[in-house]
Amino acid sequence: MFHGYLPMILSGLKVTLSVASTSLAIACVFGLIGALAKVYGNRTARSLANTYTTVVRALPDLLVMLVVFYGGQILLNKLSSSYGWGYVDINPFAAGTLTIGFIFGAYLTETFRGAILSVPSGQLEAGVAYGLSRVQVTRLILLPQMVRHAIPGLTNNWLVMLKATALVSIIGLDDMVHRAGLASAATREPFTFYALIGLIYLCVTTVSILFFTAVERHYTKGIRRVGDA
Amino acid sequence: MISWAIVSSSAPAFFAGLQNTLMLLMMVIASGLLLSIPLGVARASRSLWIAKPVWVFTYVIRGTPLLVQLFVLYYGLAQFDWLRESALWVFFRSPWFCAWAALTINTAAYSTEIFAGAIKAIAPGEVEAARAIGMGRIAVLRHIVWPSAWRRALPQYGNEVVMMLHATALASTVTIVEIMRVARDVYTNYLVLTESFGVAAVIYLFLTVVLAQAFRRLERHYLRHLDRARASEPAFASIQLKAA
Repeated sequence: MFHGYLPMILSGLKVTLSVASTSLAIACVFGLIGALAKVYGNRTARSLANTYTTVVRALPDLLVMLVVFYGGQILLNKLSSSYGWGYVDINPFAAGTLTIGFIFGAYLTETFRGAILSVPSGQLEAGVAYGLSRVQVTRLILLPQMVRHAIPGLTNNWLVMLKATALVSIIGLDDMVHRAGLASAATREPFTFYALIGLIYLCVTTVSILFFTAVERHYTKGIRRVGDA
Repeated sequence: MISWAIVSSSAPAFFAGLQNTLMLLMMVIASGLLLSIPLGVARASRSLWIAKPVWVFTYVIRGTPLLVQLFVLYYGLAQFDWLRESALWVFFRSPWFCAWAALTINTAAYSTEIFAGAIKAIAPGEVEAARAIGMGRIAVLRHIVWPSAWRRALPQYGNEVVMMLHATALASTVTIVEIMRVARDVYTNYLVLTESFGVAAVIYLFLTVVLAQAFRRLERHYLRHLDRARASEPAFASIQLKAA
């Protein structure tokens, strides 16, 4: 039915999943830094974080991606010509994950900001009063309790990001969409392959939703909800 | 440094691109709204026979990337000989038709969920009261349910429209010469970033501000009765990731 191209598509799924999970990790770093800057930062840090979230959310993902991809290439070329490295090719995987991480970090900044604010400040003050350092307070008191409030936003981010990874095929990354294009061209059955990867995306989305529901249940243990007896 | 010579020589192309982006966006918003209002009502229906099929539609569309949906329509359908020989082929061979159809289906799915959520949030007492004074089903929908649901959905719907503006950039992958395509062409011709993607970024930023402000006004009009806290925050603050 797939003329033997199924293994190739499935190994493209591996690329898609590794792009998505690497991007999520990068986005979490950007988001955490942005959120800490917005909540605890001084004026400069706050306005930097605000500019970041504002500009990124106002531009199409594809545009940001191409700017990082081509801009990074130009920057690398300038660096390499001034240091005499010779021609350096930008790695599409690095460019793709960095860009997607950068974009979704802006959305996660808002998610994390809300999560930080929902941890009672008295607890953080109590930590400081006990002589914990700022890093310890963040790591031991803030982060574990933030998780519960951040999970719904994180779930949504993951689902949207998973679909956004389809764009990396445009900058030449060999992901599932790109491979579907190759298989279509070779077999002259584009519908079969694009519908197939659509179905695979749908499966991954469904599994993700089930997974995050379980995680949320774990982190909300012992927390009463409206309607609980 | 910015080369103004390149900016001015590509200005007509960007202007034409802007027109195409706006045209596509308006077509998509109009048809998406037309589709999602009845679908939203159906999705909120208590009858599972009506609500479930709509849920399946929105779940499938929301679970797959827009780029793949666009490719299925534009590249995929050419696989079927019976379609290529039929009269419908005039439509499906056109990138404009496929981009319009893909974006419409996509936004309809998300908007349907937004409207259905807003309809479900209506206090049942309002509808019961309307029925009790003798209003028919259609009248209840028109005069009680819809005005209230529209107000509730407005902030999220505004967000969806901004996201659709950004989604029109994907039409560049199926040969439509909108802003994104013009930017990529200028980049390929001159290998400069600022004059290509920089200009496009400024245009998108401007369009986003205008849309966000327009919806801010609509909200101020339709949500006068609510607290005014939101009116003071910047228009951008409302742009969020849409619910997957």
